[in-house]
Amino acid sequence: MLTNIELLFQAPLLNVQLLLDGLFIGAVFALAAYGLALVWGVMNVKNLAQGDFVIAGGYIAYSLAQIGMHPILGLPIAFMVMFVFGWVVYKVIISRVVHKDLFTSLLATFGLSLLLQQVLNLIYGPDVRTAESGFEIRTILGGFVTVADIKLASFILAALLAVGVVVFMKKSRMGQAIRATAQDPRAARVVGIDTERVYAFTYALNAAICGAAGVLISMMWVIQPFYGIGYSIRSFVIVTAAGLGNLPGVIISGLGLGVLEQFSAFVLGAELQVFIVVSALLVVLIWRQLQQARHRQAVR
Amino acid sequence: MNAATRWLLYGGIPVVGIVAPLLFPNYTFQFAVLWVMILFAQTWDVMGGQMGYNSLGNIFFFGAGMYISAIAQIGVFYDVAEYTSAFGAIKVEFSAAQYFVGLTLGTILAGIGCVALAVLLGLCFFGLRGPYFAIGTLGVALAAAELVGSIQYLGGGGGISMPVFPGDPDLRARFYYYLCMVLAILVFLFVRWLYAGHFGLTVNAIRDDEDKAEAMGIHTKRYKIVAWGVAAFFLGMSGALYGNMIGFIEPLEVAFPTTTFGIFMVAMCLLGGKGTLWGPVLGATLFHIVKEITWTHLLGWQWVALGAIIIVNIVFFQQGILGWARERWPERFGVTVDRRMSADRGESEAA
Repeated sequence: MLTNIELLFQAPLLNVQLLLDGLFIGAVFALAAYGLALVWGVMNVKNLAQGDFVIAGGYIAYSLAQIGMHPILGLPIAFMVMFVFGWVVYKVIISRVVHKDLFTSLLATFGLSLLLQQVLNLIYGPDVRTAESGFEIRTILGGFVTVADIKLASFILAALLAVGVVVFMKKSRMGQAIRATAQDPRAARVVGIDTERVYAFTYALNAAICGAAGVLISMMWVIQPFYGIGYSIRSFVIVTAAGLGNLPGVIISGLGLGVLEQFSAFVLGAELQVFIVVSALLVVLIWRQLQQARHRQAVR
Repeated sequence: MNAATRWLLYGGIPVVGIVAPLLFPNYTFQFAVLWVMILFAQTWDVMGGQMGYNSLGNIFFFGAGMYISAIAQIGVFYDVAEYTSAFGAIKVEFSAAQYFVGLTLGTILAGIGCVALAVLLGLCFFGLRGPYFAIGTLGVALAAAELVGSIQYLGGGGGISMPVFPGDPDLRARFYYYLCMVLAILVFLFVRWLYAGHFGLTVNAIRDDEDKAEAMGIHTKRYKIVAWGVAAFFLGMSGALYGNMIGFIEPLEVAFPTTTFGIFMVAMCLLGGKGTLWGPVLGATLFHIVKEITWTHLLGWQWVALGAIIIVNIVFFQQGILGWARERWPERFGVTVDRRMSADRGESEAA
């Protein structure tokens, strides 16, 4: 462990490499986390199946790549398929738990998560898969830092998608209705917004965003049916650290988590990656608690 | 519940429990697991049902107890690092006296160690409410599995072979069956005593409105930690017994199975009716029997079925069997319903 830290000081370009990799993957984390923040903020459902939507999107890209379609072209298809899937899931499950207490929706989505990962396992088997993009790997800074073109492309696509969603939320009628419902569902109903439809749309949009993030992950990393829980936890870390309704915060903590993971995986060893993510969650939760404790003291 | 049914239950269940492995010796292991499941559901209900703190990571104490007992049992007589690094390749002979001394010591230490862990974690996590608590505890269980898997001293991902029971396999199966049964019955009697008194009222007050309970002068944090400590104590001991019963422990599938046992305990409570004394027992029994009968016929689809069961249970049948029965026949549960009041409330809610 100490030798790895020394290595970082001796070879400064290694830091650049880890930083870049972290930012590229962090952008995709931020995308999935933005979906969670949306569902959480609008309908107050904590979606534990978040990561499994990501993995499902990845498998859609993988299947399309198997029949000869390029994964990047598969992205809009995965987006649409996951949108429909999210809508169905909302109608069948989420609409029945959205007004109940929070643990109900949490547990229902946990059940959904188990269901999804097992179905994917039955269809695709437990091996790790990747959707081949056929892009090249280039080296910069005198050959010491490698950048895979696919990672760069994913980063750009993630950014474009995020901008698209933000513009949609700001400008379109549906986006405005979603934001109105998030502020006050009752008042939204009073002014004639069909909140049930808004909820369904929000959940479907979240599933679609996750699906797109999954396509990007299947191209730059590997996917496996049981990797979903890691992405769920990552989304929770990012949203909890950023706070609800804080889009710049989600982006920054998403990128930050990506970088943190790359560096700590290098220092501590890659087999501890899940442990690092979960520890980040615990640290964020405890830190939030201390913050609240300070608020309470001030009120007293 | 009238006196006759009570005597039937309190007398009948232990008798059935004692006779079952003698009548069906081939299923002794399954019966033992059933008692462990009943224990799981009861300990989860102390927190989830009675206190309203839904933990998704109680399985952490099961695994922690398993590992604490393993280290204690081996460590009393041998060098643990040497034993675990061999991955069971060296056959260490434990004499009968050594085995039982180690087992007793390991089980007790597992219980005490888990209480210590519960207090420590409780201090960190009991400021979290509702879903944050559920996610935080889920995180603890996931992190523990990964961490234990990377520690060579604890056998890493390869696991530890437990000391070998001095006696033939049938005796061993029966021995652990009765231990699990006694522990589960002890848990039942203990939580029954707890719920009947001051403690039960307090934790129910925390469930109904924690802020008001605090305003009434209840040290909520203290009670929450005690409740978690109770669950942790018995879960730790059950982990120690279970680890010895199956003879080989490993972090992901056996010790910290978050997505199987960890979620079973919640599902069983919800099925039987959480927040009731008999609900977890009923739920665990039904769940385990149905699972054991159908599991092998589903050819890989059993885990999909499990997810579906949880969803259906939580979406359509949240109150559970006993909760439903209590709504249907409130008088039998000693609940008096003022028809006029309940009708009024129904109207005002509809308005």
